[in-house]
Amino acid sequence: MHNKTIAELSRGLREGDFSSEELTRHFLERINRLDNSLNSFITVSEELALAQAKQADAQIAAGEVGALTGIPLAQKDIFCTDGVKTSCGSKMLDNFIAPYNATSVEQLNAAGTVMLGKTNMDEFAMGSSNETSFYGAVKNPWNTDTVPGGSSGGSAAAVAARLTPCATGTDTGGSIRQPAALCGVTGLKPTYGRVSRYGMIAFASSLDQGGPLTRTAEDAAMILGVMAGFDERDSTSIDTPVPDYTAGLNDDLNGLKIGLPKEYFGEGLDSGIGDAVHAAIDEYKKMGAEIVDISLPNTHLAVPAYYVVAPAECSSNLSRFDGVRFGYRCEDPKDLEDMYKRSRGEAFGAEVKRRILIGAYALSSGYYDAYYLKAQKVRRLISADFKQAFESVDVIMGPTSPTPAFGLGEKADDPITMYLSDIYTIAVNLAGLPGMSIPAGFVNNMPAGLQIIGNYFEEAKLLNVAHKFQQITDHHQRTPAGFE
Amino acid sequence: MEWETVIGLEIHTQLASKSKIFSAASTAYGAEPNTQACTVDLGLPGVLPVLNKEAVSMAIKFGLAIDAEIAPRSVFARKNYFYPDLPKGYQISQFELPIVGKGSLTIELDDGGTKVIGVTRAHLEEDAGKSLHEDFHGMTGIDLNRAGTPLLEIVSEPDMRSPQEAVAYMKKMHSLVRYLQISDGNMQEGSFRCDANVSVRPKGQQEFGTRTELKNINSFRYVERAIEFEVERQIELIENGGEVVQETRLYDPDKGETRSMRSKEEAMDYRYFPDPDLLPVEITTEMLERGRQSLPELPDAKKQRFISDFKLSEDDAALLTASREMADYFESVIEITEDPKLSANWIMGELTGFLNKENREINDSPVSAGMLAGMILRIKDNTISGKIAKEVFEAMWAGEGEADAIIDSRGLKQITDSGAIESVLDEIIAANPKQFEQLKGGKDKLMGFFVGQVMKQTQGKANPAQVNELMKKKLEA
Amino acid sequence: MSLDKHDVEKIAHLARLAINEEDVPTYAQNLSSILDLVEQMNSVNTDDVEPMAHPTDAVQRLREDEVRETNQRERFQKIAPQVENGLYLVPRVIE
Repeated sequence: MHNKTIAELSRGLREGDFSSEELTRHFLERINRLDNSLNSFITVSEELALAQAKQADAQIAAGEVGALTGIPLAQKDIFCTDGVKTSCGSKMLDNFIAPYNATSVEQLNAAGTVMLGKTNMDEFAMGSSNETSFYGAVKNPWNTDTVPGGSSGGSAAAVAARLTPCATGTDTGGSIRQPAALCGVTGLKPTYGRVSRYGMIAFASSLDQGGPLTRTAEDAAMILGVMAGFDERDSTSIDTPVPDYTAGLNDDLNGLKIGLPKEYFGEGLDSGIGDAVHAAIDEYKKMGAEIVDISLPNTHLAVPAYYVVAPAECSSNLSRFDGVRFGYRCEDPKDLEDMYKRSRGEAFGAEVKRRILIGAYALSSGYYDAYYLKAQKVRRLISADFKQAFESVDVIMGPTSPTPAFGLGEKADDPITMYLSDIYTIAVNLAGLPGMSIPAGFVNNMPAGLQIIGNYFEEAKLLNVAHKFQQITDHHQRTPAGFE
Repeated sequence: MEWETVIGLEIHTQLASKSKIFSAASTAYGAEPNTQACTVDLGLPGVLPVLNKEAVSMAIKFGLAIDAEIAPRSVFARKNYFYPDLPKGYQISQFELPIVGKGSLTIELDDGGTKVIGVTRAHLEEDAGKSLHEDFHGMTGIDLNRAGTPLLEIVSEPDMRSPQEAVAYMKKMHSLVRYLQISDGNMQEGSFRCDANVSVRPKGQQEFGTRTELKNINSFRYVERAIEFEVERQIELIENGGEVVQETRLYDPDKGETRSMRSKEEAMDYRYFPDPDLLPVEITTEMLERGRQSLPELPDAKKQRFISDFKLSEDDAALLTASREMADYFESVIEITEDPKLSANWIMGELTGFLNKENREINDSPVSAGMLAGMILRIKDNTISGKIAKEVFEAMWAGEGEADAIIDSRGLKQITDSGAIESVLDEIIAANPKQFEQLKGGKDKLMGFFVGQVMKQTQGKANPAQVNELMKKKLEA
Repeated sequence: MSLDKHDVEKIAHLARLAINEEDVPTYAQNLSSILDLVEQMNSVNTDDVEPMAHPTDAVQRLREDEVRETNQRERFQKIAPQVENGLYLVPRVIE
């Protein structure tokens, strides 16, 4: 059952080949048996999952079925879940049980899905290797000596290892796409404002966006259809109708204009990844797509601008973690200041602290113009690059990550090298565009990801482009050894 | 040396919306601690702010009323600092692009003149919660009911030159926000409070002296006293060779002094930046038009109308327009009585006196505008005299009902039957023949004696004018 | 831009973060190299560029002024470190 896609499982449930409870027990059993080697889950919500599965079975029996009724999935531990711990990968929230659901959780619950548990992640989504989690690093199922990417590393690893058919993720600078690439799964970051941020613990509010990690583009289309939509509780949510993302999956790609930015194929790109991406683009040519060489001239400024904007917003967003109303409070504070400093000092990890410090510095008196304002201006330039590119192309393609999964601990002590692993994904967040990563091939038995970037609200186009590729390739069907 | 005082005020007024500025929790005052603090007000992880339309409309109304520029696009920013009553670790406020730009307000001075005080800006922001310092085994208790209540911060230019001007400005602003019905202005509950920036300079000097900021003053009396104290402190300091330090000071009303809270060196670095959870606020021409149409007649215009339409004196008009409630009361009364002068006298005299004595607002006066008007009508049609009316008023205040019922039940109706008055008068003349002769002989002072006797005999119910009239006839006879 | 020990301590205070004395040099070094990375922004002239705070051009939506929240104090305070009589308790605040 675990090798089936959501679309296949959905048919099986409706046709009575198996019940949601059977399916749920099957995945729970796999998690219990196999996750020790991966550490992809922080919480397994067995009791809730079985209750939801039974309810789904009753609905199926009564004929009240949606496409996702009874489908098990996992939520990244950044989405607040009423009654189930939401840690955000941090000691700060190790005791935090939200008294509300994130909108995405609410929507997926309403669609009849079954929550298996909460997946591991970099602390407060700050990281590209899933090594900053308070709950320990997640391992890449393709090679457990390597990282799964981050910050949605638990979600990507769990989907790759067939511990769940789907998991949610969030993407602030590549946190869905990069782990999807490193773990060989399909990940979609929607247009900023397409998926509600309500109840999704904020890292950098103007960049964060939730989305699905699945095996196939078709599955992603089904999940996105539920997650997307206007939410009056999120001021940045956009009130645009949600199309049926599955409707155009098989549209013909003849004449599709694919832009290849020269900046995405330069120095620093692993040659194996480059080959895999070029091979994938050749497949598109065969399908009748037209390749257009383009330039995104400010690409090299994306990482620098991002490391001002994201930390600035995070330094402020994380101020609410002060030990007063929820979360960790240090033992025996001697005064108010001691309570603040020790609670935050003891409960935040090194990477989170680094980013809070950088952000506070960039906003502080005397430095605001040189750092924060400058970064906002550079952001405009980066966004304008894309705007211009989309005047002549339908989608932009390139590698998701410059290298395949790297070794555990390899970059952990060098923040700069780590930051550069998001070099191709970060600009998309700064511009607020939708982006996907799909399995494009393998380099030394490790997955390579193809990134597809679309214009605003063109998720359906991305899914169509991804789906057509998956119809003629089988990279997305390969399973890591030991998880067949 | 002669010194000049320079004062600028920052007034924080709570807006009278039903729900909070960024959440749907109630703003009602006085609830049990933390029962009106929802997830957004508590700053729980993942929750987000959504702006209240009413708060924006109220800010627009205010801006229009002080003739200010309303920003077509304004931006909310985060003011970052840690404090236990500030749940998110930042206050959502406005910094670079406030909703209301430059405007002005005219104040009346003690010498009868007027002065225009510039308003630099007014911006929307959220209020913080409250720290309760009573003893919880040496700890502080935090109540976040107030957190998220909408505030309009009104920043003046440093245009005031005396504590009295500052008070006049604060009072005028207080009256304005109540006229506009954008705030209840309740100072005891903290709905209207101010910070004062105070400095002194030698008279004639152009540049400003170093200023101090006096925090959180919540009464007209305190603003005057706090500034007076601070001005004296600064002058004394300079005259003794010292220097004023730029700092934040707290006014202690019990001791009647200001004391240092923090100096400029320790000044907070608030790290303002645009709030990424909120988008720019766009004020459309339709919103402005709606704001314009919803504007009530403003105090100055109302005062002028009272002077020209009702022939009231400048002072009377000023008193009657000091609050919207007072002006509305007056207009309701004259609609019935059609006698502005007599109505104004009763409102400013008896009614205000009773209100002050019991420390009541005109809105909860036991004598409604209709009741007062009913009584004034009885004065006008000679049913009662002005003197009797005071008794009637007191009875109405005590809850004995409408004027007519009281006049009836107490038998206060004026005697207007001239036959009845004449017979009383005849009796009195007969009893006092000597005095009558003297009066006839030209001792006019005795007129009062006879009238007084009649009034006494009739328990005040005789119409004094009528008594006079009859007496004159008797003398001529 | 190179940050020294003193800078790190100053920012750490601003952000209310306790940092172990012995870790300060590492933070100073890390933060300095992040700033070096960030300063690559200076290679481009942005004098006439309008800052971009949001990825979209949308404007703020306004909520109707309605009270829709009810008292959930008990539920919310269940996750609080220390409460008494409905109040959140913190070490004494001195004004």
